[in-house]
Amino acid sequence: MYKVKVYITLRESVLDPQGTAVKSSLHSMSYETVSDVRIGKYMELTIEQNNQDIDALVKEMCERLLANTVIEDYRYEVEEVVAL
Amino acid sequence: MKFAVIVFPGSNGDIDMFHAIKDELGEEVEYVPHTADSLAGFDGILLPGGFSYGDYLRTGAIARFSNVMGEVMKAANEGVPVLGVCNGFQILLEAGLLPGAMRRNRELAFICRPTQLVVENNKTVFTSSYEIGETITIPIAHGEGNYYCDEETMKLLKQNNQIVFTYEGENPNGSLEGIAGITNESGNVLGMMPHPERAVDQLLGSADGLKLFQSIVRNWRENHVVNA
Repeated sequence: MYKVKVYITLRESVLDPQGTAVKSSLHSMSYETVSDVRIGKYMELTIEQNNQDIDALVKEMCERLLANTVIEDYRYEVEEVVAL
Repeated sequence: MKFAVIVFPGSNGDIDMFHAIKDELGEEVEYVPHTADSLAGFDGILLPGGFSYGDYLRTGAIARFSNVMGEVMKAANEGVPVLGVCNGFQILLEAGLLPGAMRRNRELAFICRPTQLVVENNKTVFTSSYEIGETITIPIAHGEGNYYCDEETMKLLKQNNQIVFTYEGENPNGSLEGIAGITNESGNVLGMMPHPERAVDQLLGSADGLKLFQSIVRNWRENHVVNA
């Protein structure tokens, strides 16, 4: 079994309206050293082992559905776990 | 002319769309479920507003892979007029039938109110009944209408006259260049955030949306009804 953690954020070049709002809120709470907030998504996928290229598989799923690469970047971590 | 209104789980603009076509435009229209295998016999395809699949993951992201979308893409590539309104526009973007993507509205709030639009291009099958530069009143109702594309894509949109509607005056959602609606390169697919189907009778506050549907029908008749 694989445990895959996928992190998706808006691309650097794309303004993040939620992140901007959270940053202003932190500033109004006196956390003035916060210079940027980016809000993203975190997903955990459990995938069965099947002699597949796990990297190619995860990339394909990210490109086709999990991320919209017009506005989002993704990265992921793969961990091999022993099924109980 | 026979229209299909595609119904996804979570569509809520489908009944308004059906009403606009049947009662205000006086053309044939049928609901087509997201599970359908064929769109044969339909001359125009309408993707209504709403919250397909609860807007899970991203607006339109899951609807884009529903069964009927293969047929919608096939029809779009064959030149059939396809109109996506609001969530329908978001689905067309996710499907890659239109370039770019939607972000949350600049002020994050859901906005529901009439807007003034400028008709930037009246040489499309959707807008030929309008005057170029005409200002029309059409309502919006969305939380994610903040259109984005990269600079290269924007250059192409302008070069090919694909920007069809822009917001007049204050930009309600922060969309690039005040974009409210764009077509694909060949002009037979239109996506727009404002709801023309909710502006088809003075009782609704505006009838300015009617000309959009009339344009589609007029252009279709000119091309298909030889003995009219």
